[in-house]
Amino acid sequence: MSDTTKHFDIVIVGAGPAGMAAAVAASQSHRSVAVIESNPWTGGQLWRRPDAAATPRAGRHWHARFKACKAHLITEASVGDSIAPGHLLVETPASAFNLFYDRLIMAVGAREQFMPFPGWTLPNVFGAGGLQLLAKSGWPLQGKRVVVAGSGPLLLAVGAQLRKRGARVLCIAEQTSLKHLVRFGLTLPRLGPSKLWQALVCQSQLLGVPYRTGYWPIQAHGTDRLEGVTLRRANGATWNVTCDMLGCAFGMVPNLELARLLGCDIEQGTVRVDTWQKTSVNQVYCAGEPTGVGGMDRALIEGQIAGYAVTDQPDKARALFGPRQKTHDFTRVLNQGFALRDELRTLTTPDTIVCRCEDVTAAQLACCDDFRTARLYTRCGMGPCQGRNCSTATHTLYGWETEFSRPPVTPIRVRSLVDLSVEKE
Amino acid sequence: MSTTYDVIIVGAGIVGCACAHQCSQAGLKVLILDQGPVGGQSTGAGMGHIVTMDDSPDQLALTHYARRLWLELAEDLPAHVEFQRCGTLWVAADAEELDAVKRKVSVYQSAGSKAQVLDARTLHEEEPHLNPAMLGGLLIPEDAVLYPPNAARYLVDRARSFGAELRTGVAVRQIGDKGSVTLGDGSSVEAGLILNAAGCGAPALTPHVPVRPRKGHLVVTHRYPGFVRHQMIELGYLKSAHSVSSDSVAFNVQPRATGQILIGSSRQYGDDSQTIHHGLLSRMMAQACHYMPEIGALSVTRTWVGFRPATPDKRPLIGPSLVSDKVWLATGHEGLGIATSLATGRLVADMIVGRTPEIPIAPYSPARVTQENVVHE
Repeated sequence: MSDTTKHFDIVIVGAGPAGMAAAVAASQSHRSVAVIESNPWTGGQLWRRPDAAATPRAGRHWHARFKACKAHLITEASVGDSIAPGHLLVETPASAFNLFYDRLIMAVGAREQFMPFPGWTLPNVFGAGGLQLLAKSGWPLQGKRVVVAGSGPLLLAVGAQLRKRGARVLCIAEQTSLKHLVRFGLTLPRLGPSKLWQALVCQSQLLGVPYRTGYWPIQAHGTDRLEGVTLRRANGATWNVTCDMLGCAFGMVPNLELARLLGCDIEQGTVRVDTWQKTSVNQVYCAGEPTGVGGMDRALIEGQIAGYAVTDQPDKARALFGPRQKTHDFTRVLNQGFALRDELRTLTTPDTIVCRCEDVTAAQLACCDDFRTARLYTRCGMGPCQGRNCSTATHTLYGWETEFSRPPVTPIRVRSLVDLSVEKE
Repeated sequence: MSTTYDVIIVGAGIVGCACAHQCSQAGLKVLILDQGPVGGQSTGAGMGHIVTMDDSPDQLALTHYARRLWLELAEDLPAHVEFQRCGTLWVAADAEELDAVKRKVSVYQSAGSKAQVLDARTLHEEEPHLNPAMLGGLLIPEDAVLYPPNAARYLVDRARSFGAELRTGVAVRQIGDKGSVTLGDGSSVEAGLILNAAGCGAPALTPHVPVRPRKGHLVVTHRYPGFVRHQMIELGYLKSAHSVSSDSVAFNVQPRATGQILIGSSRQYGDDSQTIHHGLLSRMMAQACHYMPEIGALSVTRTWVGFRPATPDKRPLIGPSLVSDKVWLATGHEGLGIATSLATGRLVADMIVGRTPEIPIAPYSPARVTQENVVHE
């Protein structure tokens, strides 16, 4: 085995909750296990290691178990391409290597959904997750006037975090109406044990912060940077709020690029898996958000099932089928409850930018029939983010599907393509 | 259905679009059909290099004429066509290639094209990131680059302004000898003349069309404005592109208007799959790193493959087919479809309406290819 070649029985892509749980489970066998993580830290977006003190108990628990297991961790390593079944090209800051596996678990998580509306590209308009990262990384927030808008439980978590860092959270605007939330029973007791805990923590931080249901942002104002936001409600009333920062969260969407590259079946925006978390492609498994956005509990359980399944420990996997079902049921309620309202699909004006990388406006996309022609004629989705943001936005706005991913999955150096090996190990 | 069209053009790649533009401008009633979107096949996959090439006098005549037409059109082109007259720089890596530069400069100049020999110092001033070991080059300053799908779209929009009709998403199942096309839904449309401009798809619709797909790989990087200033090609390309028997790679880079860099090229027969041949891709990138060592550190956003419609003698097929005088061809441009599309459109329209073409058309006549010699080398 040379420096440019590594072989493991089990390779797990992603060291978030699903990947860590998969590694812990798979390590209870005598197979060799490697975890590839593109960030310098483990724990994914949820449990960033550098913020260990603030990491919730579940995060500390799984970090400890992960650290104690025998899985080989390779951080700052991104999958560039799939060279052949069982063979990935992986890049690190220093070099590239050929990674051979017998079985693969994709635990690649989800990303924020961005919704284009007038002004959304102004400086100081952030994705809520981005704002959360800013808060965690010590960005000065003291006294900053912040509005958090969008949909889902993440709004509360973000609001709480910002407030803890001294920001003045002027309001949290949830696009779902209160009536709708009540109909789906999305009141606190429904949010399950660990969720209840999270929600209570949030609430204690959020005392006095208005939580407005049935409001959504229609325009961010400002010239060089954000100066305010207009929120709207279903009866047509609008509300202008002067603020320094706007955090938007319209839910999460699964990362499907690797699954597409490997040829896995995708149904309704999620990777199709069987009861063992196995995809339609032989030897390839998937756990966590890509099979359906459902948060930490679902990711941990699916990760373990996949980890047991790939190492032929079916009984241990089977024991988790029941708990998994509960998380799936919960996910369904959550996704229906926080479904985006149709009004959000019609906020763009002709000059609203839809693809940030290539500065493509809604007017330019008017000539296009689908994502393919948009790519062809406007370069929408052809920039450095490789369409990760605008493919989701155009799906929501226009119903366009993204049917394929062109490699590399993540940008890769020219030199790494030279170093790839086409020889079987 | 009665004949309502003078010409039906099958294929809305850049060649079909250029033909539609010229034919409709000449007063013909044109229908252009494509199974996919405008410029969605080879046109969308290619580099978009408006290059003059001197493999043969016929090739030089066609590419030189075509470039003149592009330069005439240049100021009308909308910004999103991204037409840039960046020039072609042929890079000489050894003494043999440097000798070739000296021969080629007079060939270009005698054809009326500007051409300039660069010594090593000038070469490196023009392109500071080239490997210092490169010995010199040949600069063809009037060559250009553009963004092909939007160029095709511009041409078809011009055609429509002259009354042409465009129907995309319509598959053509058959071309009839007597001037008709059968569509995917079984219906048929008649015209005085059917022009098969279906690129690599042409042989499936017209017999005895000696066009084979020649696969190529391309890579595009993030934005690095100024890293590459000219379309650069290694002179060794002439050796590798000539070899039809084996897979080959050559150093070929292009600065995009966006600051991105397109990196090619590879040539492959006998692989019609859409999958990337990683061995060839690796060789292609090694060649790029040899010519521009610092390119190795640049970040690749996408890699893809495309297919060039290649003929055995490297000349396109323009004019009446062997099948019928009602079925014409405009295909087989290999890697020069973007470059020579405007000339092809002009020649086709000239022939149909009886104008005198500006360059001899016989070298591109499909009649040159009889059944005996359709075998590729």
